[in-house]
Amino acid sequence: MGVLVNKDTKVIVQGITGKAAAFHTKQMLDYGTKIVAGVTPGKAGQQVEGVPVFNTVKEAVAVTGATASVIYVPARFAADSIMEAVDAGLDLAVCITEHIPVQDMVKVRRYMEGKKTRLIGPNCPGILTADEAKLGIIPGYIYKKGHVGVISRSGTLTYEASFQLTAAGIGQTTAIGIGGDPVKGTDFIDALKLFKDDPDTKAVLMIGEIGGTAEEDAAKWIQENMPDKPVAAFISGRQAPPGKRMGHAGAIISGGKGTAADKIKALNAVGIEVADTVAHIGETVVATLKKAGIYEECHTC
Amino acid sequence: MNIHEYQSKAILKSYGVNVPNGMPAFSVEEAVENAKQLSTPVVVVKAQIHAGGRGKAGGVKIAKNLEEVKQYAGEILGKTLVTKQTGPEGKKVNRLLIEEGSNIKKEYYLSFVIDRQTARVVMMGSEEGGMEIEKVAAEMPDKIFKEYIDPAVGLMPFQASRMAYAMHFPQPAIRKVTKLMGCLYQAFVGKDCSLAEINPLVVTADDDVVALDAKLNFDDSALFRHPDVEALRDESEEDAKERRAAEAGLNYVNLGGDVACMVNGAGLAMATVDIIKYYGGEPANFLDVGGDSTPEKIAEAFNIMLEGGQAKGIFVNIFGGINKCDLVAEGIVEAAKIISPDGKSLPVPVVVRLEGTNVERGREILKNTPIKNVIMAPTMEGGAEEIVRLVKEAEA
Repeated sequence: MGVLVNKDTKVIVQGITGKAAAFHTKQMLDYGTKIVAGVTPGKAGQQVEGVPVFNTVKEAVAVTGATASVIYVPARFAADSIMEAVDAGLDLAVCITEHIPVQDMVKVRRYMEGKKTRLIGPNCPGILTADEAKLGIIPGYIYKKGHVGVISRSGTLTYEASFQLTAAGIGQTTAIGIGGDPVKGTDFIDALKLFKDDPDTKAVLMIGEIGGTAEEDAAKWIQENMPDKPVAAFISGRQAPPGKRMGHAGAIISGGKGTAADKIKALNAVGIEVADTVAHIGETVVATLKKAGIYEECHTC
Repeated sequence: MNIHEYQSKAILKSYGVNVPNGMPAFSVEEAVENAKQLSTPVVVVKAQIHAGGRGKAGGVKIAKNLEEVKQYAGEILGKTLVTKQTGPEGKKVNRLLIEEGSNIKKEYYLSFVIDRQTARVVMMGSEEGGMEIEKVAAEMPDKIFKEYIDPAVGLMPFQASRMAYAMHFPQPAIRKVTKLMGCLYQAFVGKDCSLAEINPLVVTADDDVVALDAKLNFDDSALFRHPDVEALRDESEEDAKERRAAEAGLNYVNLGGDVACMVNGAGLAMATVDIIKYYGGEPANFLDVGGDSTPEKIAEAFNIMLEGGQAKGIFVNIFGGINKCDLVAEGIVEAAKIISPDGKSLPVPVVVRLEGTNVERGREILKNTPIKNVIMAPTMEGGAEEIVRLVKEAEA
């Protein structure tokens, strides 16, 4: 089970002929992902790792019946690629690309209104459903099938945290890297809604960071809508000075908003435990599962 | 990216925003010459630094004659201003703006930013001009008005006039201020700004509307399509180490302490800064070396951290995801060769924590190539504690 993708999801790769995209296409295929087509304008007829390349998303979808796309297109063209995926009526578009101009993403979000596509990212590691499929760049070997859903604004922290979970014997359903940009397709609450409706997911790990108020909003949403699924969290950037961008475009304390302290306070206020340091994420999840009385059933590996 | 006030005003003027006449000056003579050309009864001498709060720090003076212009320009140029936004070390003033004075009747606040939640550009206005907007937001949130802008149609006239009336502009100024809002929105979108702030926006004694101050910040990801903005970069306003790191393709933020760290990934890099502090160390920096680091890049990262004797110890915290631990280990070995005269030492303790892809091979490499001062950490917690302890020892 898990959310968004499984072993049957038919996936296209936009920008498949690029070096990184070709590398990750092989990684995704090796993990078991059903990659059915690639898209690079002007490269129709070529093959990458045995996957046929088309000029347009529309054509690739018409021929293969794909329902999802993963996008590795360079930043200055990526917004257009997202909109092409949306226009083709895909259920899911996952955009890995970093450094897309924010105002391009404002236009993308406007264009997506009233359309069916869910966008994950941009500036994200993608998504992975354990032992089934992965779209993006998440290293697959870290994951083991289980019952914890992972939502994260950071790539390496997704891996680090998942590694700690697996080492503690706690398997996962799906890991969703929502990305480090200020304007993105899916935020914590959207991802939490998906996990709420997934019977396999018994608990959720949220990894947030400074900037914006999505973690505070999520805390409120969890209290009101998901009282029966325990959530544990980690927030990075406690030492970040105001006004400084910490690597991610969205990781900045501005206008007095978005501090780690505010987020931790909001999460604690609704009973969510926040790991003291990045090294304590695994044990914080274990403690949360034990407190909820579901440790045994979540100890899957 | 940030620019100076006088540069922001020149851009806004090109979009039709009403700004006071003025010119930048790099010397006292130039300041006096500019004032002569303005030939207004009152001239404002304004320090140009990339930080707010200049007025309170003595960086803005009103001169009533050329003698005063000369005096104030001499006082401010070369002075180090310490404001709320500069940090305790302050910022040295190298440029001035010499500007005509305005007869202010009332001050307002106006800005455009991107709202994350709605994914829209939002226009914010307040009658409480001159104040820090954070303070207004905290103390009088009902005094801030917002208009969310649909990017498909832009700022609509009714939104501008709704804002103007909400902010209680006098009737004779309404059309002028709605026009200014439209121009400011065009500039915000046209130049890919992340912030366009006018504080204060003033109504003058004869009901003219003037942007008395102006602050534009730009989206770094969009600079590729604005070479004219990139050309306005003032490197003297940026931290030298941050500048050098950016040139090497490294994501670096100077935090002022002495326990440095080198990490892959922005999230883990932030979390590593936090864990150093958690164990009682003073973090020197945030540093994300990314996933595809070459030995040269790692060597440059070490050089930047060590420059000026800042780092008394370095914590290398790597989680090998797509990038591989053995390549990082090789990078450290190569970096030692580049940095040290004997090719196999580093000048301060370096605690290395490796985990993830090819971790065994990575640890093997560092074991087989002993580099003086490099210590392997079995766990992240252990590594963080160890580096903090070593730096404290070195200081004792």
